[in-house]
Amino acid sequence: MKRCPTCNRTYSDETLSFCLADGALLSASEDPQATLTLPSSQDPQETLRIPASQIPQVTQPSPSAPKTTALELRNITKRFGDVLANDHVTISVMPGTIHAIVGENGAGKSTAMRIAYGFYTADSGDIIVDGEVRDIKTPHDAIALGIGMVHQHFMLVEPMTVAENIVLGAEPGSVAGLDLKKAAAEIRALSNEFKLSVDPNATIESLSVGQQQRVELMKALYRRARLLILDEPTAVLTPQEVEEFFAILRNMREQGKTIIIITHKLSEVLAISDDVTVMRDGRVVGELKTKDTNAAELARLMVGREVLLRVEKSEAKPGDVVLSVRDFSVTARDGSRRVDKVSFDVQRGEIVGIAGVEGNGQTELIEALAGLVDPARVSGRVEYLARDITNANARTRKEQGIAHVPEDRHRRGLLLDFNLAENSILGIHYRRPAVAGLGGILLNDSGIQKRAAQVIKDFDVRPPNPELPARALSGGNQQKLIIGREFELEPKLLLVSQPTRGVDIGAIEFIHRKLVSLRDAGCAVLLVSAELEEVTALADRLLIIHEGRIVGEVDPKQATTEEIGLLMTGGKG
Amino acid sequence: MGVRGRVPVKSFSRPLTTKSMKDIFTLTLILSTIHLATPLVLAALGGLYSERSGVINIALEGLMLAGAFTAAAVTHYVGNPWVGLLAAIVAGILLASIHAVACISFKADQVVTGTAINILMIGVPAVLSGAFFLSSGSTPQIPKENLIPWTPVILALLLVVATYYILYYTPFGLRLRAVGENPEAADAAGINVKRIRYTGVLISGALAAIGGAYLSIGQSSLFTRNMTSGRGFIALAALIFGKWRPVQTMLACLLFGFADALSTQMQGVIDIPVQFIQMIPYVLTMVVLAGFIGLSRAPRALGIPYQKER
Repeated sequence: MKRCPTCNRTYSDETLSFCLADGALLSASEDPQATLTLPSSQDPQETLRIPASQIPQVTQPSPSAPKTTALELRNITKRFGDVLANDHVTISVMPGTIHAIVGENGAGKSTAMRIAYGFYTADSGDIIVDGEVRDIKTPHDAIALGIGMVHQHFMLVEPMTVAENIVLGAEPGSVAGLDLKKAAAEIRALSNEFKLSVDPNATIESLSVGQQQRVELMKALYRRARLLILDEPTAVLTPQEVEEFFAILRNMREQGKTIIIITHKLSEVLAISDDVTVMRDGRVVGELKTKDTNAAELARLMVGREVLLRVEKSEAKPGDVVLSVRDFSVTARDGSRRVDKVSFDVQRGEIVGIAGVEGNGQTELIEALAGLVDPARVSGRVEYLARDITNANARTRKEQGIAHVPEDRHRRGLLLDFNLAENSILGIHYRRPAVAGLGGILLNDSGIQKRAAQVIKDFDVRPPNPELPARALSGGNQQKLIIGREFELEPKLLLVSQPTRGVDIGAIEFIHRKLVSLRDAGCAVLLVSAELEEVTALADRLLIIHEGRIVGEVDPKQATTEEIGLLMTGGKG
Repeated sequence: MGVRGRVPVKSFSRPLTTKSMKDIFTLTLILSTIHLATPLVLAALGGLYSERSGVINIALEGLMLAGAFTAAAVTHYVGNPWVGLLAAIVAGILLASIHAVACISFKADQVVTGTAINILMIGVPAVLSGAFFLSSGSTPQIPKENLIPWTPVILALLLVVATYYILYYTPFGLRLRAVGENPEAADAAGINVKRIRYTGVLISGALAAIGGAYLSIGQSSLFTRNMTSGRGFIALAALIFGKWRPVQTMLACLLFGFADALSTQMQGVIDIPVQFIQMIPYVLTMVVLAGFIGLSRAPRALGIPYQKER
């Protein structure tokens, strides 16, 4: 039993360390009779929706502070126009630790760290490095203080070599000449010390994403960084690469480096960090020791309400075959075969998942099934409701009830500069209710607005303003808009790729529930996701793809991660 | 030009003969190629510094005109071509600084700014020559001893080598390339993106102006109205054809210079109307650009102002 010292609410959940209402540190309750979870007179939802501005600042009782902090942000406030991105943010990072900063998109974690690295300047507050207040105005200042940052989007110059990228801005040699030999030698030494193997003479564009990330780490190490800030470092990595990457981070910690890792993946926080700071709506809402917390608590702090981390679904009741794929192959423009003679069925009322390391043909498969690949590059047979649609174009497929949620919402899913209303009718822009009058050559504004309002309401798109450009939305809300638009088509078959990539936990939960409810309504769903957890949780049957071939089918309830992982990498299951 | 008059009537229907080929492919053709390529090389190298930093420099034409006029005018007054050349460089840098301030500090559209400079430079020399020399666009003749027919040629060659070295073997070159490809990455590496871009654009002003000066006080002996006649744009085409690399760009300039020289040599030797022959360098430019522009990859950040987030 735990009790909040400020508002006297009591919690039966022993794992909780902060009051859900006001964020104060909970203490053990002296009164064992107090079993009331929340004041009964109030609706629990109501209680939890206290505006962030009213939640008092959490202050960690200073544990006699034995060491000086490696980095401390003190009362950092930063405003972008009307948005308060950081509101009196205070974060303390101890030397030699891995410190996770978690929060949803837009919680202000990247902003805080970009301030520490000099990309932004804070409106007020102090940055303290190794116990001294420092003025960090540019990345150059941060580098001089031993701070390095690896950005979510890599800051690499693609046509240049690894060595050139690493030394850029801190070149060895004189103004008159680069000493590339010295650079290569230093890079090799760093490679050995931190077990980061990269060829210094390779160009960046020839490297895999995982290798590019190592180059980013080397860049920071080359500048003698003692503190590394990593912004969403695992977002682009495959599960195997994440493992390797964590090994590298642990090794760095052994060598005395301090690491700050910004993430929203809770399993990773628990796996790698020593301390964790949780942010929400620009404020720090929790500072915890990783060993004293759990995923449920972190999710609750991040979202500000109870979050279901597991997907709840009933047993599938598969019906007739909706999609039947036989000996289906897709050839890329360069002539290489991306999908190689795959055969499978998807039935009414089931979710069929496709798991695989990215780049093994999933993208091409889904795009070909959606009619986005030139029929000349496709062979085999695709039947939809017993009709041959192998050569049908995208519009025909859509009209017959095939909806598609593309993996890259910016490239295929949305017109970022168009508003939400316009985006909500993409794909049906040529027919009712989007058009009316003069035989349907004019857009029908009232019909479009009605459709947009429907999507926004049913899929909780925020902010709910149909006039906003899609660009103004967070990733999660963009995704909800796309999924909503496709669901409005009342599809009989849904092709969905990476439905929750770069999406907040709250929105992930929402999207998962919607997918399951669509299945329960009798739709056939073909799901591709790079998140193994996601496909295993959602899918009723799981196909594993490797180098364009389906190498196995497993029952996601039975199969272990290792088993699936082995199939994904081409090993025999 | 009276070129046709020299063609004997009986040869009118005669095909290209060995004799006339010999008349075309001479040592003169080679020398003339080199001379005609020199202003292109200088301007294209200038363009390279600007564009490798990520700033489109369509103003090469205007910068060359500024250099050509300043060099001729100052040499006329001072009587020393070196002072004239220096003045041209200063003029080029000053004019390029307008481009730099507009494009880098104020994030103006680089093509629009460059075009504005080109239009400006059609008018300014005309006005100034009217004011100083009471002419409608040209400067007085400069005596032969005050011309520099060879130095810029050698200078251009040296600059190709130097640019190659600077681009690939100095910290500045590395930073220049990085800024043109991915300014965010350069910024994150602690590089001052604006400073590098300013440097690139100002260097391009200086080099294009030398190219222009060579036209007025090297190849000819006075400035005439619009004497560059599109060479700034041909230099830009050579830069694209040369994939923004110094040596390839020089080779592209030599090709265009050769086309120019050939068209000069062919006039009067072959029975094609002179207007068609004079078209050769421009047609070649278009053919080359249409055929090869897709094959060369521009610096990725070319034309995009760098907006540092604050």
